[in-house]
Amino acid sequence: MHGFLGYVRRNNSLVLGSALLLFLALFVIIGHFVVDVEDARALSVRPLQPPSWKYPFGTDRQGRDLLAVMVAGTPLTLRIGFIAGFLGVGIGTVLAFVAAYYRGWADTIIRGIADIGLTVPGLLILIIIAVSIRGGLSVNQMAIVVASLAWLNPTRTIRAQVLSLRERGYVEIARMSGMSGPAIILFELMPNLLPYLAATLVNAVSSAILASIGLEVLGLGPIDAPTLGMTLYWVNFNAAMINGWWWWWTAPTIIIVIVFLGLFFVTVGLDEIANPRLRRSA
Amino acid sequence: MHLIDIVKRCGVFVVIVWLAASLNFFLPKLSGQDPVRTKLLQQAQLGGYVQQGIDEMVKVYEARFGLDRPMWQQYLSYLGDVARLDFNYSIASYPRTVSSMIAEAVPWTVGLLGMTTILSFVIGTILGALLAWPRAPRWMAWLMPPLWALHAIPFFLLGLILMYVFAFQLPLLPIFGGYSAGARPELSIGFILDVARHAVLPALSIILVATGGWALGMRGMMVTTMGEDYVTFAEGKGLSNLTIFMRYCLRNAILPQVTALALALGQILSGAVLVEVIFGYPGIGALLFQAIRENDHFLIQGIVFTVIVALGLTTLILDLFYPLLDPRISYRRT
Amino acid sequence: MTTDGMNTGDMNTGGMNTGAILRVERLRVGFDHPLGVVQAVDDVSFTLLANERLGLAGESGSGKSTMALAILRMIKPPGRIQGGAVYLDRTELSSLDQEAIRRVRLAGIALVPQGSMNSLNPVMRIRAQIADALADHRVVLSKAELATRVADLLRRVGLRAEVADLYPHELSGGMKQRACIAIAICLSPQVIIADEPTSALDVVVQRQVMETLARVQRDLGAAVILVGHDMGLMAQFVDRLGVMYAGRLVEIAPIGEIITRPRHPYTQMLISSLPSLEARGTMHGIPGLAPLLRDLPPGCAFHPRCPRADARCRTEKPAVRDLAPGQQVACHHA
Repeated sequence: MHGFLGYVRRNNSLVLGSALLLFLALFVIIGHFVVDVEDARALSVRPLQPPSWKYPFGTDRQGRDLLAVMVAGTPLTLRIGFIAGFLGVGIGTVLAFVAAYYRGWADTIIRGIADIGLTVPGLLILIIIAVSIRGGLSVNQMAIVVASLAWLNPTRTIRAQVLSLRERGYVEIARMSGMSGPAIILFELMPNLLPYLAATLVNAVSSAILASIGLEVLGLGPIDAPTLGMTLYWVNFNAAMINGWWWWWTAPTIIIVIVFLGLFFVTVGLDEIANPRLRRSA
Repeated sequence: MHLIDIVKRCGVFVVIVWLAASLNFFLPKLSGQDPVRTKLLQQAQLGGYVQQGIDEMVKVYEARFGLDRPMWQQYLSYLGDVARLDFNYSIASYPRTVSSMIAEAVPWTVGLLGMTTILSFVIGTILGALLAWPRAPRWMAWLMPPLWALHAIPFFLLGLILMYVFAFQLPLLPIFGGYSAGARPELSIGFILDVARHAVLPALSIILVATGGWALGMRGMMVTTMGEDYVTFAEGKGLSNLTIFMRYCLRNAILPQVTALALALGQILSGAVLVEVIFGYPGIGALLFQAIRENDHFLIQGIVFTVIVALGLTTLILDLFYPLLDPRISYRRT
Repeated sequence: MTTDGMNTGDMNTGGMNTGAILRVERLRVGFDHPLGVVQAVDDVSFTLLANERLGLAGESGSGKSTMALAILRMIKPPGRIQGGAVYLDRTELSSLDQEAIRRVRLAGIALVPQGSMNSLNPVMRIRAQIADALADHRVVLSKAELATRVADLLRRVGLRAEVADLYPHELSGGMKQRACIAIAICLSPQVIIADEPTSALDVVVQRQVMETLARVQRDLGAAVILVGHDMGLMAQFVDRLGVMYAGRLVEIAPIGEIITRPRHPYTQMLISSLPSLEARGTMHGIPGLAPLLRDLPPGCAFHPRCPRADARCRTEKPAVRDLAPGQQVACHHA
């Protein structure tokens, strides 16, 4: 355990990524004490105020306090990402195990669907789904829409990983000693896959957030929720850039950058744990 | 790969086209109420000078996709339309056809995407190869952190930042559109320069992000390749560093990059859609944004279908050319 | 054995021994490791005579392959050559610059890689892999001259000329290894270092490849260092055998001498583990584990496994003693 902690300390990417995400968490938690989250609704404060002591992030054209929007919206955006990411990796893991462990026609079908699905631009499919659902989406519906494609990549990568683990000696020994398929998966394969699954999960969360922000910027998001993507939608809708309201897009941009950088460095760090060969080269 | 594999690969393409068409047809029906009909009826009630045409559209739509007809008949007539690339009229911009609107936007997107994809792939691959090469100049190591950081940012977000810096604060480049408002689209030097100036920022926001991805991927592949036995033997053969780098390391490490290119095209396109939206670039992405705003279902469906087919075709071509790069996978000459 | 030139046990096979062609003096190679330097090659000296076939045997991890690479100065970080000298004829190799040492590879000392490895570039035809070696050694040939040269090289290793137009994946294991030998002899080197050239090949193919190697060696008048762990193969092929243990050359002697009267206890155990001279056997039946180079016992590294070990062996590293010209041993008891 001591060695593990020592290693984590040397894993710069993991430390940096976690620190960025921790910083965001602190921002949201402290923010909830400092600011009235109700001010994230339209018509709560004076519109179009540049940053000041009273409104450190400024206010938007519809009269939202942007600090309140960020404090309320960051967890919403992360929620979409985490729900979709967990659903995607959960479904993906099950499918990947079925495909890689039992092979045969199940493998052919699952791999075929995943391979074809991955060549199609995901955002466009999500757009078709989103416009087909009547009325605006709620935050949770949004997460489920995004999850409908979030399993493709995990399925593909986890399947490849299970296939390579399957060839290792200990799985063969377990099989010869009469262990059942599910037991082998649970006790022999899972523990070895965990760091890899973690990396895949973080990656999936990141992709899901990207997809949800994409849908929101296009105007297909939850119209009355103050998520980061919806904030950018209003920025674009009101032509804030050309009008010189720089504070309106600065705050969400910085937070989104921190989210993606944090998740990216955590993935790199976890990858390093999952593939010890990278430790030397990376 | 044999002839059978070519046929198989083309089969996959047909399946993609069919799936895209079916998705377009069935998804709107899943919600119980046909949103296309709803929108059409709304538009018909709005009135105005296009009234006559919209009424006509409703009539035709009801006749072909009306509730009185069984689902499979509706489905077949839809597939028939799609096969002829007939996506009906635009609901919001009647009497324009969806195909004509798409045809107008396609060159912009193909130009932007083609240029940025090729540039970022080439620059990123070369950069990644050098980053992994122990004899590369020292200062290159300093490129890694910014490449990593840029790689994690969505295209359009970098676009926003670039727009603010280079179009708003220092007004060096145009902030919006594909060409200046007064310019007349024609084949003149002035117009081409104008278009190029408008393309710089959208292109840069894609290239800066995507290059990092290709560089990271290539660096990883180079590290693996440099550990291969044939590279050790190449050194034992007394080959020059340049030969080992180009013909043994880079040549082999680039193969997975090309495979990845086929997979990445979809993601690049998704990202580019948003870049077009924030820059108001007159391509497919901006058209799609407009269609979503106006709830123009026929236009949305037409765009999604066209893009999926175009990407499928590009991937197919990439796959068919891949054996030229990797002799281990060769289509048998027949 | 059917092949002439194989196994005689006396050093004067060629009758052309004009003296040393390669001299290794006190060569040391270490690998930097967080817990200290791992001594992979520890103070090894030997002389290779012109036309001689010298075997280097040892368990995996004994440093024999590392030494082969060190002679070619191909050690990569974290490994480094810590000291010692290698003379090819009268040239000390560490005095040469990078470019000069590169030319020595293949032209002076050629490497035949391990048979178990994919040592040929998968995306290049065999012809191109011979051609680039020639080109990088400033051998300028016309297309026709090159074709003749390649065909001749392939013929000498028993391959058809058409093999030149094939890719590695179209060749069998034995053919690939012959192609590697063809590359190795393309500049008529004075020394050929064959690093387990037949590992992973089946027994029949092994024999053929060794016969090929023996034939080209005779044709060229080159000296050969054969690295391996197959004592049976060594006994048939080499004139003199060196035995390595934990990075040290513990014994070196003419093959007949070492087989009939091994001096070092480790060699004795190796020889006695062979079923008989005719039957081939690999060195597996030795009690105890090969030592971890990172964690070597003090004194003689072999003492934990040695039946004759005493107090002196546990504290004092035995020096290398000359017994006769070309015969040395490092043991307190030999």
